[in-house]
Order: sequence, then C-alpha cells, then structure tokens
Amino acid sequence: MSQAAIDVPKGGFSFDLCRRNDMLAKKGVQQPSYRKTGTTIVGLIFQDGVILGADTRATEGPIVCDKNCEKIHYMAPNIYCCGAGTAADTEAVTDMVSSQLQLHRYHTGRESRVVTALTLLKKHLFSYQGHVSAALVLGGVDVTGPHLHTIYPHGSTDTLPFATMGSGSLAAMAIFESKYKEGLTRDEGIKLVTEAICSGIFNDLGSGSNVDVCVITKGHKEYLRNHLSPTPRTYVSAKDYTFSKKTEVLLTKIIPLTEKVEVIEAGDAMEE
Amino acid sequence: MSIFEYNGSALIAMVGKNCFAIASDRRLGVQLQTVATDFKRINQVHDRLFIGISGLATDAQTLYQRLMFRHKLYQLREERDMKPETFASLVSAILYEKRFGPYFCQPVIAGLSDEDRPFICTMDSIGAKELAKDFVVAGTASESLYGACEAMFKPDMEAEELFEIVSQALFSSVDRDCLSGWGGHVFVVTPTEVKERILKGRMD
Repeated sequence: MSQAAIDVPKGGFSFDLCRRNDMLAKKGVQQPSYRKTGTTIVGLIFQDGVILGADTRATEGPIVCDKNCEKIHYMAPNIYCCGAGTAADTEAVTDMVSSQLQLHRYHTGRESRVVTALTLLKKHLFSYQGHVSAALVLGGVDVTGPHLHTIYPHGSTDTLPFATMGSGSLAAMAIFESKYKEGLTRDEGIKLVTEAICSGIFNDLGSGSNVDVCVITKGHKEYLRNHLSPTPRTYVSAKDYTFSKKTEVLLTKIIPLTEKVEVIEAGDAMEE
Repeated sequence: MSIFEYNGSALIAMVGKNCFAIASDRRLGVQLQTVATDFKRINQVHDRLFIGISGLATDAQTLYQRLMFRHKLYQLREERDMKPETFASLVSAILYEKRFGPYFCQPVIAGLSDEDRPFICTMDSIGAKELAKDFVVAGTASESLYGACEAMFKPDMEAEELFEIVSQALFSSVDRDCLSGWGGHVFVVTPTEVKERILKGRMD
C-alpha cells in the first residue's frame, strides 16, 4: 500500500535521480540538451486591447525539431501567454497557472485578472531562482483594461506598452522601436506584430517558420494560428521515391484487433 | 559522450491513412560494443497504443514499468483504455516531475484513437511534448532520420506503402549511425489489425 502511494505522486518535483545523474556527470558524461524554443515572441497594446505574436520553431541544439509548434499558450478566456526558453518549462508553468486561474474563477465567479496570472507566474519562477527557465510575455484584457507584461526566468517582471522576448527579441524590438505609436488600430497592430516576428524569423537563427497571432479585446479574442507563412517549403519532389528492392522481412506476426462493441443502453432497463 | 549515446537507438513513428507505423532498431550496445541484437524498444500499452523509448536503456525500462503501472491503475479505475492524448500527457507529467534529475529517455508515442484517427508524439527527456501530423523521430540516429523522413514522407499512405517507407527511412538512417542498427522492428497498426514485422538489416 505504502509502496503504491509512493509511486503515484501528488505533485511537485522529484529529486530521486539527481545523485545518480550527478555521479554520471562527474564521470564525464555530458548532460542532455533539452528542447528549447529559440523563439521570437512579442506583444503590444493597441487601441482596444492586446496583440500577442510568436514564431513557430522549436529547436534542440542546432536541430529544428518542430517546424510548427504553438508558443501562444492559453491562460484564461481573456488572457494568453507567449513562452520562450526551455519548452517543457514554459508548457508546464503556463498549464499550471491556467488551472489555478480556472479554479479561482469557479471559486469567485468572476473573470480572471491579468495581474493574478502575473503574480502566480512570478511567484513560481522566483521560488525556483531561475532554474525553471521560462521567459514569458503575458497579455490580456480584464475589468481594469488591457495589460501587457514580460516575465523573466528569475521572476522579475515589466509592464510595457510593447514587449519582446526570446533570442529574436532584439530583431523584433528594432521594428517596434522604430514603428510603434500609441492608439494603433487592429489592422495596424497585427501588421506591426507580424513584421516584428518576421524580423525575428529572418534575422535570428533560433526563430523560424510561421507567424502566430492572438488578438485579445474586451470580451473577445481571436487566435490566428499560422497567420502568415513567409517561408513555404520549396523542395517538394514531384516524383515519389521508389525502392528497387523490397525490405527483407524475417518474421511477420499479425494480431487481429477485436472489433469495438457499441453498447446501446436501453431506456428503462434499470429502475431509476 | 552524451548519455543518450551509451546504448544507442533509433525510433520513428509515421502517420498514414487511418493507420500508423512505429519502428525501431534492434541493437543494444555499451558504447561501441554490441551486447544484444534482439533488443525491444517498442512496447504495446494496449491494443492500439504503442510507446517506444530511446535513450539510456535502464531508464527506458524503468520508465516503461512505471507507465504500465499507471495505465493499469487507470484501467481498473475507469474500466477503459487510455486515449493516446491522455497517455501522452501522463508520460509528459512523469518526465517533468523529474525536471531537475531527469530520466535519460526520449519517448515516442503512437496510437489510434477511438475514431481511428492516428496520433503520434515525441518528447524530450523532461516532457516537452511535440505533436506532429506527419512523423516523429528519436534516438542517436535522429538527425539522419529527420532528413530521410522529410524526403520520403507523403500524406495519406496505405498500410503497406507506409511500412515500406518507414523501413527504408529507418535503414537509410541507421546505416549512417554507428550506435544503432542490426535490423528493425516495425509495427503497422490499422483499425482491424496490428502487423508486427522483424526486418533484416546490416549487421555491422
């Protein structure tokens, strides 16, 4: 019983393997590289809300491991969050806070506020002293209006009218600094965000593929997945690959699958 | 040496029309010395769900045992099998729990949903999910597998064609990797049957 209770964890990190892994590291074994999102993520405030943008490349060292990943994470119906850094961390931290916000909404019956999400995120990140390496751009519209924040892996935050993060942040910020003005319209805002992400895609090797955009206004949001694909595939071969010799099979085992049985419940088979 | 290169492995999962294939090499080595040539890296979770675990073999087997334990508990409690998506989340959560002292494994998950929709997914060693519509790869041969699959994949393949493409992609990549090889192990899963095949490959 107690063994089973140990095997089904209740949450929180487990440090069971740390000693073994440190031992291996001391013996000269290289530690593994994690999946990162090299990333350009941006956000800006326009006249009726917030626009978030992200590229869609995930890398592991110099290898592109996902050409079309999603970096704009759902936090609440009125709040979204772009993530850069270690992919597992951004995913886990946003999922965790998003479920805390959902529970908070059930409890209070009110719309979540952006500052609530911000505080939950920075509290978690600060308590791990930068070891949970998530760099975030948080945006949303609540009762107090539109908000845009950036959160650094160590837990510090900024509140800004326009923000960029990730390895492509300099390229994207160059576009924002030269073209951002207050009171942009929706279309101007989307165009500027797209341009900033494209600047990251083309000038930063850690960012690439497509542009995702998320527009959040009062009581409404629009997630434009793959809003722009500036680098379509050019190397599709028209002819299929044919193989002169078939693969040599040594052994074949066929396991037939049992057909699914649809159970139709009779209306009054059992008394209620 | 990276710890992923201790045992060596190659894994690949590919989607076809209402079917999928998951394949691995059969070598287990200790660095450059081959220890076994009939090693099983792909395991069946339930009828239509498979998981292949690349990386350090000791961790792969421990992880597989923990996953099966959790899946059996789920079956007892829910009286049904896990959906592939749910299972992927479980694997991700178990890996992320060890964020600061990870299992040295990269899993590849492939399954067929109740509506016969194929699902494939891979993760890094700390559970960052990558859901793909076409193919996923893992292991020491992953770099060459990316290239081979990228070139050979086409959408909506039937089971037999899918098998041929997956096997050819596997062999062409594995032949460029010292640490994996010695034949292949391929599962092709359609809504009606699972076809398991053992392939003959180079033995060097």
